[in-house]
Amino acid sequence: MKKDFYTVSNVIRLPHKYAAGPTFTRFYNGLEEGKIYGTSCPSCKKTFVPARSFCPGCCANLDEWVEVSQEGEVVSWTYTDREFFGMPGKPPVVLALIRLDGTDCDFLHLIGGIDQDDLEKVKSSIKRGTRVRARWNDEKKGHMLDIKCFEPVS
Amino acid sequence: MGRPVAIIGSGQTYHGRRFDVTYPELVKEAVDALFEKTGISPDDIEGVVSGTMPSMMEGVALTHFYFAEVLRSVGKPIMKTETCGSTGISLAFTGYYWVASGMADLVLVVGSEKMNEGDSQATMTTVVEPFYQRYFIAGAPGVFSMQCQEWSTRFGIPEEKVREAATRITIDHHNDAFDNPYAHIKKRLTPEEVNNARIITYPIRLWDVCPNSDGACAMIFASEEMVKKYGLKPAWVKGVGYSGEEYWFGDSEKAIWQCAIDAAKQAYNMAGITNPRKELDVAEVYNPFTYQEMLYYECFGFCDFGEACDLVLKGVFSREGELPCDPSGGTLCTNPIGATGLNRVAEAALQVTGQAGDHQIPGAKLSLAHAMGGVDQYNGVMILGSKK
Ligand SMILES: [Zn+2]
Repeated sequence: MKKDFYTVSNVIRLPHKYAAGPTFTRFYNGLEEGKIYGTSCPSCKKTFVPARSFCPGCCANLDEWVEVSQEGEVVSWTYTDREFFGMPGKPPVVLALIRLDGTDCDFLHLIGGIDQDDLEKVKSSIKRGTRVRARWNDEKKGHMLDIKCFEPVS
Repeated sequence: MGRPVAIIGSGQTYHGRRFDVTYPELVKEAVDALFEKTGISPDDIEGVVSGTMPSMMEGVALTHFYFAEVLRSVGKPIMKTETCGSTGISLAFTGYYWVASGMADLVLVVGSEKMNEGDSQATMTTVVEPFYQRYFIAGAPGVFSMQCQEWSTRFGIPEEKVREAATRITIDHHNDAFDNPYAHIKKRLTPEEVNNARIITYPIRLWDVCPNSDGACAMIFASEEMVKKYGLKPAWVKGVGYSGEEYWFGDSEKAIWQCAIDAAKQAYNMAGITNPRKELDVAEVYNPFTYQEMLYYECFGFCDFGEACDLVLKGVFSREGELPCDPSGGTLCTNPIGATGLNRVAEAALQVTGQAGDHQIPGAKLSLAHAMGGVDQYNGVMILGSKK
């Protein structure tokens, strides 16, 4: 039907190195110790996690550190059995926004510790309000994925 | 407030996998269509605005330079506007501001994308916070699925009802697309086909998601003097509203979505609209995902929060309904991202000038165009009217 024309292929590979700065470095150091750190804004009276160097509300520099709870509630979640760019590990995966206790923003991470091969089973174990707790990898590298996932609290 | 400004013409390309043309040739198609339709000479254009998604989409940086000739911009000022999915509506705002300010009388605005030439999901992933969040989003569908779940559980809408309403929306829009010569995906869908389609990111299934489209849209913004000079049917810009939120996903609620609410409010205030569902004749809501369209109905005050599913099932927002939404098929059927928001504006302008052809809403005088960008971060709303 339609005539096929030439296509010309091109691959651009651009490695980057992002400076993490003192705040994110301290957060990563916390992960190495199995701790999740946040920072609080005294004027907005909010705690943010992962720790931020400035308040997203008023832009004040934040230096009030808190070790936040490793437990919280699922606010929202999604499931996919498809592979997406940049995803850690193989599908199926369950992704969730989690409100860690005592914090004022949602923490984005993976859900685990449930049967993920069957969507119906995922739906019965994960809902808005489900209590979950961080599960750590044995080997920690100072990386967001030192937290393996969040598992339902039984 | 600035001078009165009108849209006096638009041109769209045919959408799809456009491997029959190069990217500049695709842009040329929209620009040429615009000049041919309006009879305006490119020489009379005083300034050009161009916009796309991030450059990684097609692997060419600063695309407004790439398009310099076909935009007819040689020897003229050119600006680039880029706000992710809301690029198109931001382009329209840029053209509007330029003319409203009195610095130009005739401005060409062009949005484009050739999504099929690269990896669109990977490109969109680079929009996300790089230290902590990028691992956990599953492309655009993952983000919007989480938003949809936040919305439906926030208002306790049963999963089955949300599914039923989303199914109705996608069936309607894919039918509507048959009446829009420029739409990409046109299909007669059955509820079974939609409900059993493969899951992309739960609860979103294949027919809840927009396609990857290649396409471009061009438009002319004109001062009152130019409206008189050319004698073309004007779509007057009655109101604009644009509002954004924090960068990090999870820092603000996305069910009662403040930036969407505020963008609409600003535009309504400027246009003097107090009851949008009653006063608007048609709305081109940015709907890359079925569920999100319903969320917008609520944030834009078309109905109360938690009410959209019921009203969709009653047909309030379908072609024959009280407030027809996306009679063009919307973003759900055609999504060349950098052009998509401008397509919404073009469609809203065609409606109030009576030029929408087979998908014309009879007698439409007041319309809304909208687009959203970023990781649920920005919303822009423009109101167009047949009268100044
Ligand atoms: Zn603050």
